[in-house]
Amino acid sequence: MSATADEIGAPGLVGRKVTAKGRWLRAVVRRPSGAVGAALVAVVAVAGAVGPEVVARDPLAVDGPSLASPSWTYPMGTDALGRDLLSGVLHGLRTSVLVALAVALAVIAIGMVVGMVAGYRTGRVDDIAMRATEFVQVIPRFFLAIVVVALFGAGIDRLVIVLGLTSWPLLARVIRAEVLSLREREFVDAARADGASSARIIVRELLPNVMPSTVVTVGLIAAQVMLIEASLSFLGLGDPNVISLGYLASQGQQLLRVAWWASIFPGLAIVVAVLGLNLLGDGITDALGGRR
Amino acid sequence: MTAATTPVFEVRDLTVDFDTSEGSFRAVDAVSFAVHAGQTLGLVGESGAGKSVSVKAALRLLDEPPARITGGEALLDGADLLEMTSRQLRRIRGRDIGLVLQDPLTSLHPSLRIGDQIAEAIHLHDTKISRRAARARAVELLDLVGIPQAHRRWRDHPHEWSGGMRQRAVIAIAIANGPKLLVADEPTTALDVTIQAQVLGVLREIQEATGTAMILITHDLGVIAELADVVTVLHDARVVESGPAIEVFRAPKLPYTASLLARRSAIARRGPDPVAREREVVLDVEDLVTHLPSRGGGRGAVVHAVDGLSFSLRAGETLGLVGESGCGKSTLARSVVRLLQPTSGSITFEGQDITTVAGADLRAVHARLRIVFQDPFASLNPRRTVGDIVAEPLRIQGRHRNGVRERVAELFELVGLDHDLLVRYPHQLSGGQRQRVGIARALALEPRVLVLDEPVSSLDVPIQAQVLELLGRLQRELGLAYLFVSHDLGVVRQLSHRLAVMYLGKIVEIGPAATVCDRPAHPYTRALLSAVPIDDPSERDSKRRIILVGEPPDPTRPPTGCRFSTRCWLAFDRCRTEEPELEVVDGRSCACHLVVDASSTAATALEL
Repeated sequence: MSATADEIGAPGLVGRKVTAKGRWLRAVVRRPSGAVGAALVAVVAVAGAVGPEVVARDPLAVDGPSLASPSWTYPMGTDALGRDLLSGVLHGLRTSVLVALAVALAVIAIGMVVGMVAGYRTGRVDDIAMRATEFVQVIPRFFLAIVVVALFGAGIDRLVIVLGLTSWPLLARVIRAEVLSLREREFVDAARADGASSARIIVRELLPNVMPSTVVTVGLIAAQVMLIEASLSFLGLGDPNVISLGYLASQGQQLLRVAWWASIFPGLAIVVAVLGLNLLGDGITDALGGRR
Repeated sequence: MTAATTPVFEVRDLTVDFDTSEGSFRAVDAVSFAVHAGQTLGLVGESGAGKSVSVKAALRLLDEPPARITGGEALLDGADLLEMTSRQLRRIRGRDIGLVLQDPLTSLHPSLRIGDQIAEAIHLHDTKISRRAARARAVELLDLVGIPQAHRRWRDHPHEWSGGMRQRAVIAIAIANGPKLLVADEPTTALDVTIQAQVLGVLREIQEATGTAMILITHDLGVIAELADVVTVLHDARVVESGPAIEVFRAPKLPYTASLLARRSAIARRGPDPVAREREVVLDVEDLVTHLPSRGGGRGAVVHAVDGLSFSLRAGETLGLVGESGCGKSTLARSVVRLLQPTSGSITFEGQDITTVAGADLRAVHARLRIVFQDPFASLNPRRTVGDIVAEPLRIQGRHRNGVRERVAELFELVGLDHDLLVRYPHQLSGGQRQRVGIARALALEPRVLVLDEPVSSLDVPIQAQVLELLGRLQRELGLAYLFVSHDLGVVRQLSHRLAVMYLGKIVEIGPAATVCDRPAHPYTRALLSAVPIDDPSERDSKRRIILVGEPPDPTRPPTGCRFSTRCWLAFDRCRTEEPELEVVDGRSCACHLVVDASSTAATALEL
């Protein structure tokens, strides 16, 4: 910075008034990884949210020729039973997004509380919280999901519960680490010297500062969850009443030589969703690198 | 020095641009300077004036891009560094040019032995030298820079050494190959005054012994006055004045230099107007002890950060508290406002014992007893606007419910901040503006006492002067009492009515500021005052200097008897066994056997 003078009332170092959020978003989008990631995530979100209504075809209805290659009528072709693949992929994306969202909410609810409290309280509370976190962390998520499906039958609700209850340790650890360093910062002391209570310090001083890494971590967890959901369905352990990208891919995989589209498009959809979340996470991390 | 000799190093019309996303700006604008063998050139300027950048650019140490050298030459013995290939530059760096940077911790390799790092620097430019010989030379160099028992301690790793010792090691590396030019970039800024005095002494001796040319980059005019023969003043990327140090200090040609010098002496010399003695005591600290758990000191080890000290503060008065880093002054500041829980002792605020109050009572205390932190950036939440930050104490304490906005605007006016800044984030403000925000927050609840924990030490000198002026004005207008904690005697002096000197958790001397500064009694106070750099290079030879040996002892195991006895040049047997108490001597209290004895002998002599 070349600012040397500090005349009273001189304008700050930045001329334009830009809100924190606006600046932040712009910094993310300015990076290639951030821009591509944001675009992919936006496409997936829109496709999952309104796609099935726009292409109002029943993904389970047999309404076309069997194994039609991509055309104007069937942009992604049809499967062995003549079902429209585009509509299948859109419904599959909706399932992926819903599962990922629900799990993300559970992860935020549990992981944030555990991480914040452990980091802020330290000592005994921290020890207990971290041992509990490690306990959950060593459970193999994928196999637990298989076991639950085997015992209680396939179902989206069960999947969300199992993944939600087992995916939070990463977030809890990230937040704890951040809070451990943030609580030593002087602005926390300053808030205490203002007379602020612990709850107020956690919510008003610490929370805004852990938001960026929370967003990144939750994004990565959501990507993992999408993959797990697709993998389970691919293995035939998904809910048979719900279209899933994994299920579509596994169906198409048997026909790979005769109908490439039947497995490629569902697979691409998974790649786009997972890659988008990862790139966006990278972009946000990079954008934050400059200022802490 | 005759005019006939050619300079060892000469920079002519150096211009450097930086390309940033907001466009390019000129960091160095046609800067020229020269330094001869055996001479020290002082490059002075505020932060951002371009002093470091110009030297780094001349030595080709800047990353290009973003930096772009657009013109000029940098001649080392007639050869232009700007024209050289990176291979040629590598051969010169470390051999003909030695570099000492500000932070000795980051410029040493953390996991190599110090002796090996020096030996490596030798080996790099003299591949034929044997390991053994290089190591012997390394020990010799450590000896030269004043490391005690260098033949044993060369095996240590950097983390085992204190900041002052590390900086000596960095100097040893810089001079390992007998460079023609030694560049020291803020070499003592990270160090305490008594250690700074030691390191400046080392630099002076080395230059006398080797006759190398030296460039000393610093913001501190005192350091320049101590060492530099010629001075170049930079401001806004340009050279504004240059000449022999004595002339520049005595008769600065330009108003900018004059104002830089004037502010410095203003800080050092003037004290505040006296306050009435009969004002009531607002804060009374009695035998306060705060022990902190020691990191890595083993189970149950404690740092004796504050170890039994007492003082009181009257309404409208400033008590300055001076000490070097690690003496416990920040712990004291935090204990007084109950950010740290004292181990024992008592704190009485406005007649109420607040040592153990909690909950709503503590919140009420926090409204009237406020703290201003050292680093205004760290103490402001980066994700909230400064207006919001200043409003926070009002909201927490439920004051001005309907007029928070108005009150915040009023506070901004009080500390001289523009209303436009209300919606800005801390990183959008300059250092001085941020500290004003910190002060506004402290004033929000109409306090009686402000604890100022190094409030200006992260600021440039002219900004320091502005903030100190503001603090003085606020004290007069609002009748505030200050507990002013700082390592910088000059700064403390300007605001303090009374002064306390702290060493290793204890007050060693306390009394009226003028008395303590002008007639210091305790040996430590004398050493501290003598270590403060001089104002004028012409005083260089006349000033009697006390340079303390060694470093403060480990506060987990304070020495028995007088804590200063391990470094005191006057200590005798009794000092090492019996701890002196604060006793009134010559208008102030002083904890020193020697001083107390001398005065009582004098008193007895008078009575007789």
